[in-house]
Amino acid sequence: MSEAVVPHTAEKRAAAPGWFRRALDSDLFYSFRRSRIAMIAAAVTLLFFLLAIFAPVLSVQNPFDPAQLQLMNSRISPLWTADGQSPFLLGTDEQGRDVLSAILYGMRISLLVGVLGVVFSGGLGILLGLTAGYFGGAVDGLIMRIADVQLSFPAILIALLINGIAKSVFGNKLDEMSMLAVLVFAIGLSFWVQYARTVRGSVLVEKNKDYVAAAQLIGLPAPVIMLRHVLPNTTGPVLVIATINLALAIITEATLSFLGSGMPETMPSLGTLIRIGNGYLFAGEWWIVAFPGLALAALILSINLLGDWLRDALNPKLR
Amino acid sequence: MLVGRSLFAATLAGMLALATTPASSQTLRYANQGELKSLDPYTLNESTTSAHLGHVYEGLVARGKDLKIIPALAESWETPEPTRWRFHLRKDVKFHNGDPFTADDVVFSAERVRAKGSNFQSRVPADAKAVKIDDYTVDFILTSPNPILTALWATWYIMDKKWAEANDAVAPTPAAATTPSYASLHENGTGPFMIESHQPGVKTVYKAYPGWWRKPEHNLKEIVFTPIANPATRVAALLSGEVDVIEPVPVQDIERVKASSNATVLTGPELRTIFVGMDQARDELLYSNIKGKNPFKDVRVREAVYRAIDVDLIKNRVMRGLSTPSALMVAPEIFASKDSIRPKFDPDAAKKLLADAGYADGFEVTMDCPNDRYVNDAAICQAIVGMLARINIKVDLLAQPKAQYFAKVLKPGGYKTSLYMLGWTPDTLDSQNVLHDIMGCRDDPKDPNRGEANLAGYCNRQFDELADKVLVEADPAKRDLLIKQAFEVSMKDWAYVPLHQQALAWGVSKKVKLTQRADNMVMLYWATKQEE
Repeated sequence: MSEAVVPHTAEKRAAAPGWFRRALDSDLFYSFRRSRIAMIAAAVTLLFFLLAIFAPVLSVQNPFDPAQLQLMNSRISPLWTADGQSPFLLGTDEQGRDVLSAILYGMRISLLVGVLGVVFSGGLGILLGLTAGYFGGAVDGLIMRIADVQLSFPAILIALLINGIAKSVFGNKLDEMSMLAVLVFAIGLSFWVQYARTVRGSVLVEKNKDYVAAAQLIGLPAPVIMLRHVLPNTTGPVLVIATINLALAIITEATLSFLGSGMPETMPSLGTLIRIGNGYLFAGEWWIVAFPGLALAALILSINLLGDWLRDALNPKLR
Repeated sequence: MLVGRSLFAATLAGMLALATTPASSQTLRYANQGELKSLDPYTLNESTTSAHLGHVYEGLVARGKDLKIIPALAESWETPEPTRWRFHLRKDVKFHNGDPFTADDVVFSAERVRAKGSNFQSRVPADAKAVKIDDYTVDFILTSPNPILTALWATWYIMDKKWAEANDAVAPTPAAATTPSYASLHENGTGPFMIESHQPGVKTVYKAYPGWWRKPEHNLKEIVFTPIANPATRVAALLSGEVDVIEPVPVQDIERVKASSNATVLTGPELRTIFVGMDQARDELLYSNIKGKNPFKDVRVREAVYRAIDVDLIKNRVMRGLSTPSALMVAPEIFASKDSIRPKFDPDAAKKLLADAGYADGFEVTMDCPNDRYVNDAAICQAIVGMLARINIKVDLLAQPKAQYFAKVLKPGGYKTSLYMLGWTPDTLDSQNVLHDIMGCRDDPKDPNRGEANLAGYCNRQFDELADKVLVEADPAKRDLLIKQAFEVSMKDWAYVPLHQQALAWGVSKKVKLTQRADNMVMLYWATKQEE
């Protein structure tokens, strides 16, 4: 914490171990090594990210390309059932879309929307929280009252509202990529409050400390003090919120898509896949909905477990 | 005749149920995949909407259970000369607000239905005059004979002149209107039911109208209509008894519903033809990457699209066998000719045709499609997108609820589409309606109503001449020959891509008896529900 004001000497810098070594030696990593759940959750999350990144290599078809879908191959049950057919491991849906490929590609969309949504809401929330906490007074009052008002609505409602407004403004001309952008925007705007409140709280604690006073004394401008000196000391709680919000953002995206106001069927996310598959449950074609549902549940669970562990690990009272 | 038989059976069932009908006391809950938007009977010429409003409003004539034209608000009519029709109106009819029904209302409705913004302009010929003879007699004076004038009138509903004038509802509400008009939120018809409350897209409650002039066949106190877009939810609602009637039952769930103990499925062939149209009127497509010209103007491109679509595969996979691929733009029950054979599915020939037309690398185009109107409509469109992608036509699919879809592509919306899927049942149950409304030239100065639903803008004067001859030809054999010739002309032009006739599938609780009509209009004033 005092790094900002006590300059390193050349000898010290040379002797300091590399970042990797430092990370391995940290309390956080120690706690990670001792928590089996955290390790499994991290492995599963990593696996999902890798699967999503390498989806084009791992899939038998690109489910977003209508030319690759063969209607002839529609409604094939999973490989291990009596009517299963290679190469459709988890079966196909009504359009001849391979369910596994659709999950991998859908996971890309879900994760992309989730990560971008978290970055967007985090950036917005941190910025507003810093501003509110650092300047206080009327600015603080204004930002925090807006946050209070927004907290009285469920986030999904706000996301639906923003989505609806975007649709009525742009009409139904939105293509898949702009739909994705709208989703990121809607999710980002619905989740910034938590970041803002947390960051503001930390800033209120930090801003009366000596190092801030020192920075102010040497005449550094407010944005620099906020970003370079105060912000790094709020990273712990923000990291925890970001992890848990990643799961929330993915769920929100899935909910919006399930309700039909998210990703279109031509570029399905996990939520869209569940919506499509939902229509075939009565007909006994369970695999169209079951596997995307399982994938979503596993993804959310692992991210949530990781977030829980992170929260406990960073909480000094629990050490 | 399959229709005849199933209709007969359904009618019989309805009559048997009738014998033990108690007083009106039941609430019938009905769910459809699409919503009821406007209550204005001239806003949207679409069967589901017309069926809804047919409970509330009535025409001069109506269609019976067997789809025959029967007298309704007009007691009788005659044609003293070929261009003059005389209608004698019923004298005992009152609108729901108590206003008496008179000839003034008919004259007013004839004007309103042809006014700008109406989607039913072709119901009454543009140059026809409606003349009040006395309070209960109206003459329609035509400029040319039209032996099937009343065939379209079962869904031309009569409105109350006084009510419309008092409530600023003289002008029809266009389908593309963004703000609701008085007539789109309120009704004042003469029909068996009144609308008690109407929340568009949420719920509509109909209450039986005690002052109806006919003796009711139903035993209902009220009908509660809710749109349920999700097919699985709709089926679940029927199976759990939450609703009594659903339309349609998704094809994949028909077996499941039939196997259940508390509901069944009424099925039968529908008279509706589902088809794909390509904008061949504009010099440049509205939604395409090709600028300065319109690929669909080239007959080779249209043939390529036709040949690239595999209707049998759609039948087997998307429709699960419950459709009849069609060569013509009308159902075989309406017109059949053994010489009309559907050109073969042939993607290689299609590719070659595209190359010949100069589109070897294909092109991009947006397709408009409803997703809550026809059986598996969006799934069919998605399948077509895949099939066209294989001949390098990259289709961007815009599938949306029918309210938005129709507002965009129909005449009041300015025919804003480049490629679309539509379904059509001729209201006249006769080919002439298709030849005139769907396939006739849009810019006929003598007949501005021609081609009203010709979203593709197909135009061939030779075809129109044949269609005009069909209208006035009285000899059935000659008439059929003319119809056949007209369809041949359009097939040579590859004007449209007829896909199939879908199957009717109504999910009905075992407590309810009702009549299924082959035009897929759910008319609940023939429904009876068992006491609970």
